[in-house]
Amino acid sequence: MRRIGFFTFAVGVALLPALFPDNYFVMAVGVSAGLNAILAVGLNLLMGYAGQISLGHAAFFGMGAYTSAILTTRYACPSLIALTAGLIIAGVIAWLLARPILRLRGHYLAMATLGFGVIVHVLMVQATPWTGGPDGLNGIPPLNLLGWSVDSDLRWYAVIMAALLLAIGLSLNLVDSRIGRALRAVRGSEFAAQMLGIDTGRAKTQVFVVSALFAAFAGSLFAHQQSFVSPDSFNLTVSVELVTMVVLGGLASTYGSACGAIALTLLHEGLVVFEDYEMMIHGALLMAVMIFMPQGLFIGLSQGARRLWRLKNKASA
Amino acid sequence: MTTALSTLPSAAPLLAVEGLEQSFGGVMALAGVSFQVPAGLIYAVIGPNGAGKTTLFNALCGFYSPSAGSICFEGDELLGLPPYRIAALGVTRTFQNLQLFFNMTVLENVMVGCHLRARTGLLAAALRLPGVRREERQLREWAHEALEVCELADRAEQPAGALPYGLMKRVEIARALAAKPRLLLLDEPAAGLNDTETLALRDLIARIRAAGITVLLVEHHMPLVMSVSDRLLVLDYGSVLAEGTPADIQADPRVIAAYLGGAVQYAV
Amino acid sequence: MPEQLFQFLVTGITVGSLYALVGLGFAIIYNASDVVNFAQGEFVMLGAMTAIALLSAGLPLPLAAIVATLLTVLVGLLLERFAIEPTVGAPVVTTIIITIGAAIFLRGIALLLWGKDFHPMPAFSGDRPIHLGGATLLPQSLWVMGVTLLLVVLVRLFFNRTLLGKALLACSFNRAAAQLVGINVRVMLRLAYGLSAGLGALAGILIAPITFSSYEAGIMLGLKGFSAAIVGGIGNPMGAVAGGLLLGVLEALGAGFISSGYKDAIAFLFVLMVLFFEPTGLFGHKVADRV
Repeated sequence: MRRIGFFTFAVGVALLPALFPDNYFVMAVGVSAGLNAILAVGLNLLMGYAGQISLGHAAFFGMGAYTSAILTTRYACPSLIALTAGLIIAGVIAWLLARPILRLRGHYLAMATLGFGVIVHVLMVQATPWTGGPDGLNGIPPLNLLGWSVDSDLRWYAVIMAALLLAIGLSLNLVDSRIGRALRAVRGSEFAAQMLGIDTGRAKTQVFVVSALFAAFAGSLFAHQQSFVSPDSFNLTVSVELVTMVVLGGLASTYGSACGAIALTLLHEGLVVFEDYEMMIHGALLMAVMIFMPQGLFIGLSQGARRLWRLKNKASA
Repeated sequence: MTTALSTLPSAAPLLAVEGLEQSFGGVMALAGVSFQVPAGLIYAVIGPNGAGKTTLFNALCGFYSPSAGSICFEGDELLGLPPYRIAALGVTRTFQNLQLFFNMTVLENVMVGCHLRARTGLLAAALRLPGVRREERQLREWAHEALEVCELADRAEQPAGALPYGLMKRVEIARALAAKPRLLLLDEPAAGLNDTETLALRDLIARIRAAGITVLLVEHHMPLVMSVSDRLLVLDYGSVLAEGTPADIQADPRVIAAYLGGAVQYAV
Repeated sequence: MPEQLFQFLVTGITVGSLYALVGLGFAIIYNASDVVNFAQGEFVMLGAMTAIALLSAGLPLPLAAIVATLLTVLVGLLLERFAIEPTVGAPVVTTIIITIGAAIFLRGIALLLWGKDFHPMPAFSGDRPIHLGGATLLPQSLWVMGVTLLLVVLVRLFFNRTLLGKALLACSFNRAAAQLVGINVRVMLRLAYGLSAGLGALAGILIAPITFSSYEAGIMLGLKGFSAAIVGGIGNPMGAVAGGLLLGVLEALGAGFISSGYKDAIAFLFVLMVLFFEPTGLFGHKVADRV
């Protein structure tokens, strides 16, 4: 069952460029939707399964991006090594932060993660000698995978979709394992989890680090793909959007988060047409989804459809 | 290590509590409680509301940190250990207020119970290495065994939150059994159950003892307590009022005065 | 050096007063509904922007301020009615996202109405600085501090002396019990949102002559108000006021002695430290001190 879903998704992703050859929209939006989906799948492990909110996840996204940017542009470091360094830095910072921050709950945790995100963002803007300040860094070389340079839209599409499938695969494996059940137990009841021998502090630390690694990975890819990074891509708004994607897709569903990310990316592309109305519509949609479909867009829509179907059947009977 | 301990003479108790004290803002919830639970028995703790029974459980499990006393389990001091370490030593419990994982199926709930019996780490789980699959199959088997014992096998794939209350309570017991504890703490397992379910619970507790697991039971349902327990501890205002076999307790005038009242006539 | 310190203190207390008012609004809403309202900063922005628009339409300042405050109160009531009431009892994440959605929505409306520019507002009583020792003080700062003090005293009196205020307080202690003794909890919820929107709007109108205003002006202010509430012990209104002042002074000192670019980082670092080491806030959360 799980495999069928995974392969359907993979085939769909692979068929898109074949159905729309040389379509700039599919490539560009596909790449940005794919990156968002990786971020959302990672954040969902923390939020959806372990039940810990983070309003500062863009910070880890930014750490991956900036590490890659700084190492490749200033030290001519090979891109794969830069990517690895980004993972290590984000992982270590997440590990150090996890214990004190995940002792907090609810609004306190929201505030703490938000504060962390703002601090990292301020550092990006202010540490000009390293980060280039508000103007950011440009001239980041394309990703080079052992001699294969990722320098066309199609190649980027392929790399990012492969990365997304990897992220989804890892997430699915993790959730349906001893470790994943321990995480879900933390969300279900910390008391009971502890009484069954789960070190809940350790479990939360682990998932925080894992979701930071997903974000840093996406960040590195993002930096190489854009060839440019600036603090604007990693501010509070981005963190909020990531949370929105996860919630929109329905918490505690790997595919849901990926779909939520893709839906929100498409929405953004669609709303560009409305220019000044975009922000208002975005806010209204966010509220509406949360008020009317708190379990997420997809569960909400499928329930709605089922209800309609039943009504129709009743009417015809 | 385990085998060495279990061959000790039965005189050595599985659990020995000495002078346990716990206060909340000046109120002594436990005022120097001492008792010993011999291995292989069903040992019940009774007492009026507020006598300190649940406080005692929470102290035994590491959720509270008592100000004085000692809790010795098979030679290990439990006082000061976090709950997950206490669980690792072979003590687990159920909860008075359900603490099921409502976000999982019945089977998954019970598989969490097997947490300590498995080894899979983060990386192996994410990559789903061959060893992980083997272990998952093993866990599933163990979980099913625990479900069989609790007569829940046909409910395995249902979401835990969709069960009737009585069955939810039984899932908690199955989950605790899956951990293969040597001491199982049951906190008011009969609360909210109807008569048929209570009878089934009595059989279940007896089966648990037959499987070699010592049971520490907090319960208000006197007929159940008197019929299933080997020994009883009566708490009142945080102190031990009496200790002994059900027959001793029912004959104890202090207990009758303080607590049992009309309940005695229900006894076996 | 002492003059400089004094100057930073004056700046800090001015900004801190603003945080205090926003934090107070946070605390009132949190007490009444267990919701952290991320749109609180948008009340500040709406108050300021509406007042500026009314002023430029020719209304005199006092009238513009009153009308702007009332309009913002109306927005607060609408928010409560259409976004908060339908989701009473929802999980924390849901309410956080709803109020964030409301904030984005209100920002979007402000963008449509007033564009992306910064809008200036004339000071209430001139721009001529007052010299105090070696430091200078804008008359507007005095307005900010004075009115904040007045509002805080009024809110305190409202909670301690009026039946309505006590009823609202009762709701924050125990909603079910409040309902049982005949308090209309729904009305109290609306009262809390209206009151806190009004406080936000007034804060915005007071500070606009110093900082100007734009559709985005509420984001950071809201977060700082939330920080103030947390530093003071969430759900402790007077703690939020103290937390706001402390945060403002700390920021001003950080900006003065380290770098103004880092002031937000300094403020949030402080909040993180409070959360890590004193998560119930510096001014406690004892039931008796709740107001």
